Amino acid sequence: MATLYVDGQAFSVDPTQNLLHECLSLGLDLPYFCWHPALGSVGACRQCAVKLFRDEGDHQGVIVMACMTPADDGTRISLVDEQARDFRARVIEWMMAHHPHDCPVCDEGGECHLQDMTVMTGHVHRRYRFPKRTFDNQHLGPFVNHEMNRCIQCYRCVRFYNDYAGGTDFGVFGSRDHVYFGRAADGVLENEFSGNLVEVCPTGVFTDKTLKAHYTRKWDLQSAPSVCPHCGLGCHTTVAEHDGVLRRVQNRFSADINGYFLCDRGRYGYAFVNAPERLRRTSLRNAAGRLNLAPADALLQELCTRLGGNMPLIGIASPRASLEANFALRTLVKPENFFLGWSAVEDACARTMLAVARGIAPLASLAEVESSDAILVLGEDITQTAPRMALAARQAVRHAAFAKAKALGIPVWQDLAVRQAAAGLKSPLFIASVDATRLDDAATECWRGAPDDMARLGFAIGRRLSREEAGGETFPSAMEGFSQRVARALAGAARPLVVTGSSLGCPALLDAAAHLVGALRTLGLPAKLALGMPERNTMGLALMGGESLHTLEQATQKLPACALIVLENDLSRRIGEAAADRVFAQAGLTVLIDHKRHAGVERADYVLPAATFAEESGTTVNHEGRAQRFFQVFSPPDDIQASWRWLRDIGRGLGREPCDRWTALDDVLHTLEETLPVFHGLAQAAPEATYRRHGLKLARKPHRASGRTAVHAHLDIHEHQPPTDCDSPLTFSMEGHQGSPPGPAIPVFWAPGWNSVQALSHFQREVGGTLCGEGPGLLLIAPAQQVPEFFQEIPPAFVPRDDALYFVPAWHIFGSEEQSAGSPAVRERIPAPYVALRPEDAARAGLAAGDTAALEVGAVRLRLPWIAHPELPQGVGSLPVGLPAMPWLMLPAWGAVAKASR
Amino acid sequence: MLSEEERRDIEREAPNYATRKALCIDALRIVQGHRGYVSDQALQEVADYLGLPLSHVEGVATFYNLIFRHPVGARVILVCDSVSCWIMGCERLLDRLRAHLETDVGGTSPDGRYTLLTAPCLGACDFAPVLMIGETLHRDVTAETLPDLLGKGG
Repeated sequence: MATLYVDGQAFSVDPTQNLLHECLSLGLDLPYFCWHPALGSVGACRQCAVKLFRDEGDHQGVIVMACMTPADDGTRISLVDEQARDFRARVIEWMMAHHPHDCPVCDEGGECHLQDMTVMTGHVHRRYRFPKRTFDNQHLGPFVNHEMNRCIQCYRCVRFYNDYAGGTDFGVFGSRDHVYFGRAADGVLENEFSGNLVEVCPTGVFTDKTLKAHYTRKWDLQSAPSVCPHCGLGCHTTVAEHDGVLRRVQNRFSADINGYFLCDRGRYGYAFVNAPERLRRTSLRNAAGRLNLAPADALLQELCTRLGGNMPLIGIASPRASLEANFALRTLVKPENFFLGWSAVEDACARTMLAVARGIAPLASLAEVESSDAILVLGEDITQTAPRMALAARQAVRHAAFAKAKALGIPVWQDLAVRQAAAGLKSPLFIASVDATRLDDAATECWRGAPDDMARLGFAIGRRLSREEAGGETFPSAMEGFSQRVARALAGAARPLVVTGSSLGCPALLDAAAHLVGALRTLGLPAKLALGMPERNTMGLALMGGESLHTLEQATQKLPACALIVLENDLSRRIGEAAADRVFAQAGLTVLIDHKRHAGVERADYVLPAATFAEESGTTVNHEGRAQRFFQVFSPPDDIQASWRWLRDIGRGLGREPCDRWTALDDVLHTLEETLPVFHGLAQAAPEATYRRHGLKLARKPHRASGRTAVHAHLDIHEHQPPTDCDSPLTFSMEGHQGSPPGPAIPVFWAPGWNSVQALSHFQREVGGTLCGEGPGLLLIAPAQQVPEFFQEIPPAFVPRDDALYFVPAWHIFGSEEQSAGSPAVRERIPAPYVALRPEDAARAGLAAGDTAALEVGAVRLRLPWIAHPELPQGVGSLPVGLPAMPWLMLPAWGAVAKASR
Repeated sequence: MLSEEERRDIEREAPNYATRKALCIDALRIVQGHRGYVSDQALQEVADYLGLPLSHVEGVATFYNLIFRHPVGARVILVCDSVSCWIMGCERLLDRLRAHLETDVGGTSPDGRYTLLTAPCLGACDFAPVLMIGETLHRDVTAETLPDLLGKGG
């Protein structure tokens, strides 16, 4: 630690940091624009000027930029010095010269860093009396709104989009007072992380277009800490509601997981909650087979009467439902009748992932992915399946540059200097994949192969690391060469990482990755494994354990005597519509609990509307086995309630213990912890419902929430009592604790004078570091201490066939995930169905450009436009999975392709 | 596609730079030399040829005032309007030029021969006022000598 004197007062600071970082960490107000804790310093805006003094006797001092000056020991500065203050006021006056002062009609108004900084510097009077320069704005797609006139040229957007996220379709144009940030022409921002511009931009140039469609000021939003439900990474989000409509999702900082950034699926996938077509009312099928609305009480009573005391229940669980909901189902139907609600392939992958994590490979958090200095991505297209991990991997390649900068005496926060010194130098990132990926541009080298060949590649690298003979196995020379380079890079790293996942439906790939991590650990390296998982609670469901749908399909003879309860699951997405229909048709009675309208709704006898992630509190387990609590944002209308409450109500109606005793979420959690030791400690993942700060619950609404007596005035002149929340320490009101609660329970980032997202600094121990009151998190899986002999089975090499192509699933960030695909903005980005073929394979099938391909995959016949993907291996094709317009296919699978007749 | 000549000229400059990215300015200058200005089409061709994102090449092209993104006349007149030339009467010159060329600063004469622009300094303050017609610098220009310069075609 070093000593920094600020206006005569001594503070203990980190000398490897800059003055701005340290001043903000000390809680001192110093205005800034271009600096960002994740992007570093470039000294572009000149706003954070301070007076620097040579020594105690120096009273003159010089003005320096705090963000560009190291916090060396003994440094003496002044923030309140008159010249420094005047300098800062002049700088903001220049910036504001062309600013339109349109705060009342600007979406950023009320949470604008520019507003905050302008007030902080005391610039209150405008002297510029000339015409302002104006710009045309661009249409940037469904996510981001563009209003260039508000720009203050801080360059944060281009630094994030191009330098940090690797975007290529965005830039800065012009010079002098005509500097323009945007695309070369109107069009959709292609980068998967474009939505972060909304938070990175300190003013209203880039704003959330989906929020604009149902705009509410920050001070009128009711917010809660949440966890993104759109993949297995579990990024922390802040979700906000007003008047029964979910309005937006923002990043919620987490040092271990998502840091400052989210992917666009996570930010814009929320609107399925507001979808008019979703399930809102309880309904039951009448004798004529029609689904009719029915009051919840009467429906439950009728259901329980029909179930009687002894009709066996079969439950189908869901990886997109919370642990509490799944556990409530398991309790109600008994463990032997509890099915995991995924296909045999999904089951095999989930089991392997869990076995691997328990047996051999410690799982990496996103922060650990970012801190890895050599990465092998084995098979998983993480940009599409676990997008935030791709952004982390993109930063990980910078370690070589950091090391070089350090050797040159350049501090890491000197962003531009570090990037220039790097001159393209990258840490090793090797990508093995079926097809080209959006991360390839960051890679040292890419390798393409069929899934089994990638598994073989993994073993080849593992064998090289452990210097073992391959047991008679020989690998092609191209694979040998690549594996040698990868092995050398991984073995030479301090923190090597292997990334894989379940998206290809190939357990051998997971085995190979585990084998590789095992080999690295045997060498004494702290190697880790990062897994891409398709759904938010895949790991939680795997930990809970049970049989897959495949087992249920084998045992259909017992279905007619049973009542089937399907929890938040569209079975047609798991086993295909025909098989799902069979399961529904054979069951004696069917109950569906879900929020999404899908084919199952047309089959079920009883439909109970479930709460979405925004309307209930609960717990999920992310890809690294971290238990995470998400909190309800608002009370859902109509009959909607949390799935576990529906199951509790059924249990109560049947007099089943212990469900009938559950009244609040913590009751379920405590039973869960007692029943399944693997979830021990789960209730402590976040403060429990009894938590109070200064005797108060935590307010979801800010102090300035307006019009609480007017919001229902068209219905009733009395102020409504806020709904009670017995599941969480939060309250649906502005009345409650407004300060800084513990990390996992912060509803919104706000501090006096800091209305924008930059208020976050006030909630961190030091800027960019852990949130105050946030523990290390609860990790439910720890690997064995001893590295066992593990996974030695090498799959045979892939052999292309003359009569068929091997079709693998192609995942899409927009479209492959079920819930986000229901959001209108995301829907605009979902690709049209296609089949991707290697041009040689297409030619062999007689397909010319523009032809329609006729496919036969399993029992499914399809006609699709084909597109050329020259990087696909010979004999392998790919088909998009999960798109709303695509039929379900059991992939990977062999299939025939030919030219479709007209 | 860039013409063979353009590509040859660009490759001649290539050894002077460490990366293709750094070659961008010269490539734009060369293409402008051949075509008079850099059209959207030409910009895309430069981007494709150098393997750079279009937005990057557009960023470079728009940063430099003398890379023209719109068609210009056969010759570009740059009139210095910086301090020395202003003291020495550049505004009178500009007025004469506006009248003579029937266009304002930033415009092209109806006959397509000249585009009129101002420049902050041409580095010849001791001979103010100065202007450039095409590649030629003209010093101590007066309203009287101006028609002669234009008559000669620069």
